[in-house]
Amino acid sequence: MGKLKDILSPFTAWGGVIKDPVTIKNPIGRPAAPRYRGFHKNEVDVCIGCGSCEAICENEAIDLVPVEGIKAKDGDSGLRPMVDYGRCCWCALCVDVCTTGSLTLSDEYTWVSENADEFRYIPGLDKKDWDKNENGWKKPEPNYEFYSLDRVKMPELHAQERGQSFIEFITGYSKQQAELEADRCVECGICTSACPAHMGIPEYIKAIRNNDLEEGLRILYETNPLPEICGRICTHKCESVCTMGHKGDPISIRWLKRYIADQNPSEKYKEILNAENLVDNGKKIAIIGAGPAGLSTAYYLKLMGYQCTIFEKLPEAGGMMRYGIPEYRLPYDQIDKDVNYILSLGVEIKYNVNIGTDITLEDLGKDFDAVFAGTGLHLGRSTRVPGSDNKNVYFATDLLREISLGQEVPLTEKIVVIGGGNVAMDITRSLARLQNIKYGKVDILATCLESEDIMPADREEVVEAREELAIVDPGWGPKEIETENEKIKGLHVVKCLSVFDENKAFNPKFDEENKKFFVADMIVESIGQGMDLSYLSDEFKENLRFSNRGRIEVDDYFQSGIDWLFVGGDIIQGSDVIHGIANGHKAAIGIDNFLMKK
Amino acid sequence: MSNLFNWNPDRSKYPLMKEDGSLDVDLSSQKFTKLWVGPNHPGVTGNMAVEITVSGDEIVHAKTHVGYLHRGFEKLIERRLFIQGFPTCIRMCVAEPDYNEYLLSKSIEDLSGIEIPEMAEWLRTLVLEMARLQSLLRTVPGQGGTFSLGLGVQWGMYLRDLILDRFEELTGGRIYHMYILPGGVRGLLPDGFKERLEENLQLIDEFIIKIKKLMFDNAVFKKRAIGVGVIKKEWVDQFGIVGPNARSVGISRDIRKDYSYLKYQELDFEPPTATDGDIFARSTVRYRELIQTVDLIRQIMAKMPEKGDIKSPTPNVLHWKIPKGETYTRSESSRGEYGMYYVTDGSDKPRRINLRGPSYNHAMTLLEHMLVNANISDVHAIMVSLQTCPPEIER
Repeated sequence: MGKLKDILSPFTAWGGVIKDPVTIKNPIGRPAAPRYRGFHKNEVDVCIGCGSCEAICENEAIDLVPVEGIKAKDGDSGLRPMVDYGRCCWCALCVDVCTTGSLTLSDEYTWVSENADEFRYIPGLDKKDWDKNENGWKKPEPNYEFYSLDRVKMPELHAQERGQSFIEFITGYSKQQAELEADRCVECGICTSACPAHMGIPEYIKAIRNNDLEEGLRILYETNPLPEICGRICTHKCESVCTMGHKGDPISIRWLKRYIADQNPSEKYKEILNAENLVDNGKKIAIIGAGPAGLSTAYYLKLMGYQCTIFEKLPEAGGMMRYGIPEYRLPYDQIDKDVNYILSLGVEIKYNVNIGTDITLEDLGKDFDAVFAGTGLHLGRSTRVPGSDNKNVYFATDLLREISLGQEVPLTEKIVVIGGGNVAMDITRSLARLQNIKYGKVDILATCLESEDIMPADREEVVEAREELAIVDPGWGPKEIETENEKIKGLHVVKCLSVFDENKAFNPKFDEENKKFFVADMIVESIGQGMDLSYLSDEFKENLRFSNRGRIEVDDYFQSGIDWLFVGGDIIQGSDVIHGIANGHKAAIGIDNFLMKK
Repeated sequence: MSNLFNWNPDRSKYPLMKEDGSLDVDLSSQKFTKLWVGPNHPGVTGNMAVEITVSGDEIVHAKTHVGYLHRGFEKLIERRLFIQGFPTCIRMCVAEPDYNEYLLSKSIEDLSGIEIPEMAEWLRTLVLEMARLQSLLRTVPGQGGTFSLGLGVQWGMYLRDLILDRFEELTGGRIYHMYILPGGVRGLLPDGFKERLEENLQLIDEFIIKIKKLMFDNAVFKKRAIGVGVIKKEWVDQFGIVGPNARSVGISRDIRKDYSYLKYQELDFEPPTATDGDIFARSTVRYRELIQTVDLIRQIMAKMPEKGDIKSPTPNVLHWKIPKGETYTRSESSRGEYGMYYVTDGSDKPRRINLRGPSYNHAMTLLEHMLVNANISDVHAIMVSLQTCPPEIER
């Protein structure tokens, strides 16, 4: 029977003839699944052209190309991905790695064209039918990342401990921490274009990953001769545009720079940087001011063979870096490390020399082939509200300088600081430390026009000031300093509604009804700094061009109206160390070009 | 009729192979003819050719020729970043791409000391079993196809397509899933996935009954398959035979049991075996494996959690470096042990990868041996019964 069954049973398949063919049930042309990996879409306004998609594409199907018709924004390379469907394998790694989340795939999977060139296109800019498709592959959520979005936390001393002294409270990354943080970088290079000095940031971060810190130091010194200083107090414009900041924390570029500088011993610098036998071309340059701009100019000119002499008014080098930034943020020995290396190359600094009184600028012009002036912004600015002429109202810059010089600083038990920038935070935190040391308690308040969200100070400065028990109460405009018998009673403020008008010009609006009174017996003004150009005689001033804001006008290489006089740093670009360094580097090139032509 | 199902003809009439392996065939004697089966032949399981020497309709010598499909994937992967390997490696075996993804990812995870989340382990197990299912839906009726029984192939292909629909839902791709990546997988199950997969499995349950009646209870199939292409038990170690081909001679070898990986330890199954070692035995083993795979998928869906992390953190994939080391990872594909030897040298690219595919042994050495004295009409049947996948021979 079994054998008969074997003959008959296949005939059961005839039952299928009464059923419709499956191709009728499932006609071709159905929409693809919601996760389908179809053709590319890109939100070009969100995309920043970081190139991660290009880097991860295993088929080299993606090229970042310059495009027209997009609105340039900060932290944007101006490039956009072009996809070549002759190479693409639709793996969607480009979508998963996208740092902004702008790149996705649609669910469209058919595309017919006689023109083969059409299959190479720029998603988002070359309009396609599937641009509006909701479905298609998107990066899986959550906890699905190709890199860490969280930065490695920088170890620091507890607020209670650091508030007792001026000891540096950021302790620095360990090797493991630095390598972990360096690992997050996608090497887009957007930071390099944002950095005023155009430092090779992805390259030195790569050197950390490769544990080649000597190479890292060489990269740092290509564009920045003050890495220990910048590694601590740079305003890190690079981090503001870091592509990792779109979805997570920007990379701690500043701390990584510090790590490289910290790990290289100063005695090996010359050998690492191959600066042992510098040539001398016999030309002499005078530099006024041993701040970042002056030191940077001197360094790069020295490498080119010039003899550089820096004239410094104060007893030590560093300018505002030493006399404007408190020691707990930038210890003096770290300034010395950077400065001493520059001095070791043969740069000379003459301290306590006041240009204009000890030597005139004319003399410098005669004795030297060219002069660079980077004299900085050392003067304070007053709010000029009633009572601000009281003797117990001080400028932050003066107090910070006195602290650095080790002089006795006026101090009371109740202090109010007017200002919301980094300098205001510096003086607030410095005075809080002094109060702690002298009175065992902190009673200091900082107030400013700007509301919390637009305060010019770095966010961490504000947070750390509060951790150290200072009060930061932003959004108030100073009205009057109340005094009685020459003694300060406090500060009257009114609510500030807005700081800038529609044209983004400084034009604060106040709500006069909303008032407050901050009790204080000492007030510090920190609302900006001014320049001291007294070393320029009237004759010079006539030959120089000045902008509407009173700044000396210079060309791209910081050459002023007087051909042998170059001017740079804070007095040209506003207070910022990295701008000063960048100015100095460029001015050095400018001076070299000028003297080569002579 | 009594001889019908015990047909075992004497195929040793042409003992022409000399002791040194050369062949004493004089083509000018007009007793022998050389023929090429493939590479472009509908019955061949891919771009592979078998050069056969026949006397009448009996094969006296066979030589496998590969090289038509060589794309150098191992070398391509060795020149790419670790993450870039997984969209490339899948092409090493088109029929079951997921095993390639799994092995590559597992190797990278082993060498970098990454443990994947439990949810990802379950999803990987599910995807690997779904890959086995879609492969068997093609292979089991495909054996009938070699005997011109095309109907079962069409049924199987339709059902395989439904499984590919589920793959499309889960992974975003139908054939190249690119779902298992170093560190985990690329997505949770979509809403309603289990219900839709269960509907498909019910259709496969019906298919299992229908294909038995069509193929295994079929006098013609039995006549062509029983006693043909017999693997002897002693060949298993001699030729490195693995998977269903080894199980068809009673040797229960299964990586899922012997070197359990992913979540197979938590699943209840016993690899099916047979004893005869002929085409029919191998087909039966695969048929029972099809039934078992459906059951395994149901077990996985019942046991797996609903939610969970799908990926462990990895170093930045754009410059992921793995310390010096080497590893051999293995998994049980529908064709048997599928392994990958992976060497790293501390750089951001693998130093060497080598795929150990079962087809290399089965189609290169074993097939040449089995075809001697076989009938010319059985070449394709024997080749398909070994479940050869030429892309995996030529990486």
